[in-house]
Amino acid sequence: MELYLYIALFAPLVGSLFAGLFGASVKTAVTGYVASGLLFASFVSSAILLSYVMGGHTVHVEMMTWIAAGDLYIPFGFVVDQVSVVMMMVVTIVSTVVHVYSIGYMDHDKGFNRFFSYLSAFVFSMMVLVMSDNFAGLFIGWEGVGLCSWLLIGFWYHKESATWAANEAFIMNRIADLGMLIGIFLIYWNTGSLQYDVVFSEIENLPLIVTTWIGIFLFIGAMGKSAQFPLHTWLADAMEGPTPVSALIHAATMVTAGVYLVVRANPIYDLIPNVGLFIASLGAFVALFAASMALVNRDMKRIIAYSTLSQLGYMFVAAGLGAYWVALFHLMAHAFFKALLFLGAGNVMHAMHDELDPFKMGGLRKVMKGTFIMMTLASVALAGIYPFAGFFSKDLILEVGFVEHHYVIYTVLLLTAGLTAFYSFRLVALIFHGEERYKLFGIHPHEAYKFMLVAMSPLLVLAMIAGSFKMTYYQLVTSLLPDTQYHVHGEMTYWIMTIGTQLFVMAAIAFAYKKYANGGVSVPDGTSKTENRFCYKLLSNQYYIPKFYEEVFSKPYLELSRIAWKQFDLKIVDATVDAIANAIYKTGENTRDIQNGNLSTMLRWMVVGLVVLVSLAVAFTVGYNALGA
Amino acid sequence: MEITLTHYLVLSTILFSIGLIGVMRRKNLLMLFFATEILLNATNIAFAAISHYIGDLSGQMFAFFIIAIAASEVAIGLGLLIVWYKRTGKIDLDQMNSMRG
Repeated sequence: MELYLYIALFAPLVGSLFAGLFGASVKTAVTGYVASGLLFASFVSSAILLSYVMGGHTVHVEMMTWIAAGDLYIPFGFVVDQVSVVMMMVVTIVSTVVHVYSIGYMDHDKGFNRFFSYLSAFVFSMMVLVMSDNFAGLFIGWEGVGLCSWLLIGFWYHKESATWAANEAFIMNRIADLGMLIGIFLIYWNTGSLQYDVVFSEIENLPLIVTTWIGIFLFIGAMGKSAQFPLHTWLADAMEGPTPVSALIHAATMVTAGVYLVVRANPIYDLIPNVGLFIASLGAFVALFAASMALVNRDMKRIIAYSTLSQLGYMFVAAGLGAYWVALFHLMAHAFFKALLFLGAGNVMHAMHDELDPFKMGGLRKVMKGTFIMMTLASVALAGIYPFAGFFSKDLILEVGFVEHHYVIYTVLLLTAGLTAFYSFRLVALIFHGEERYKLFGIHPHEAYKFMLVAMSPLLVLAMIAGSFKMTYYQLVTSLLPDTQYHVHGEMTYWIMTIGTQLFVMAAIAFAYKKYANGGVSVPDGTSKTENRFCYKLLSNQYYIPKFYEEVFSKPYLELSRIAWKQFDLKIVDATVDAIANAIYKTGENTRDIQNGNLSTMLRWMVVGLVVLVSLAVAFTVGYNALGA
Repeated sequence: MEITLTHYLVLSTILFSIGLIGVMRRKNLLMLFFATEILLNATNIAFAAISHYIGDLSGQMFAFFIIAIAASEVAIGLGLLIVWYKRTGKIDLDQMNSMRG
């Protein structure tokens, strides 16, 4: 089984290095095939490992020693257990699909080979993150995915907005990673190890206050990676990257790493329910907060990005309330339908020549039948309609909130479910239904390559049926995660809740269709009454948070940097260095006359040297004697 | 008045200074050789005097060595000087700059 573990882990790295060899040259289709093929090999190995783990075994290898200094011992160790194998399956399935899809999507891009190199490198980092058996390895993967995310958001580096977004994502994550690093330091300081099994067995013996701080700092790391408030702004801007990147990194895998961290560290969070409650409350807040921003946005990809943010909030609610397996389940289901939604959006973008405003589309269902069906079904799954994947996972989170008596959280999540349905179908209605507004802009849309649609189909199937794996999945992961069943008391209450939620969601969908699917939708130009309302402006400006950050953090920091540059750097550091250089240069300039080739002058200098040496000898002798006496 | 070590050393210093000034001021190559000889003999005097003063013969042996080396130096130096004079007709130090960089 170790062989399969190594294949699953290193196949993406090989693919990345192979594609990287041709990174600077023009498109060679073979890099796409090789990278996708190796990803598929990784997927097959993960599947074999999954069947092995389902038999009740786990695989744990120590590849080599990484750091061994004094008492500190950190190996490159990898573990395939019930939790990591689920993540491995999600990562490899989605990334295989995205790789194949990208062969079509990046077809005409000059950076085709470079793209595959980055994308496979990302998958490798993600595998390290989920498979590592210690916090240090997790951190390496964590930084690796951050780096690849930066590379891929800024993939079109000639676009100023793309490089800006890439840097924003990187810097935001760096802030959060500091928190995570402090958490890891605290763990090592108090338990003397970073291995999961050792840490989790020791953690109960620690004072509660220490555990609390560890939990808080680790969660700060998770907040950055999973874009939770107040570090959320980077995720929407990250949509500057190519769409397959958004599907893989900023929807399905990397942003869920924060949830994975909380799930993985469940023995820590079990001891500190107060921090858990904070996580759940923040999650519920972010769910509503992000959904509200998605309501009015006019950028297709940003709407889906806010939806991702909102769903991550759901996951944190579940994880915060101790329902770790529910969080992981929603993570899995969400990865499938959200990646599908993004890839569909990629098709639409290609068809519309990179137009992102859904108000300028309309009626695309006639020309893009396949994409239309897939995106609609993905939205149905996202909205949580029975029997799609979203229903099982999302409803479960609502039940968790209800059963744990956190009725505020429950209400917020219920409301968010309605908003989710509304904005998802607002998007679908605007893109695919109604009048063909794109004709005004002289665009001739066309469906994507057939193989891209075929590549997307596994995700479609999974988005539809993933819910039916619930019991198998439950039995699998609860051998590692806390085994808590969430049953609403009373059959009647359960049915009222479930059916009520379904009706509420369907009403939201119907409302969205009524408002946007029929004729009469025009391209907003900023003059209508709705657009000038305060709450519309508040939402479409993202609660003015980016502006606030710019005014409060970016601008003063820029000013500070400018002062440091002008006053400190130029006047002190540069001046010192220049003075040293100038002194040496001047000395050389002044003393070059010695070498004038005249023997008589040279003799004179020789005498000077002699005098100096003799004086020194005398001075030292005198000084030495004085000291000796 | 008895002649002591101090007198010898003072004589040696005076001769050494004369030699040093000669090395610095003279432009004539022949005069430069004379100045060098004065320098060397100034040290010889000091060697011989100190050797006698502390009753150790090593200093005087050194003086002999220096005389031998000075003789060979002058022999080679004069040889070169004559060749130089034959080629250029001058022995002025300031004009010996054909190897100037």
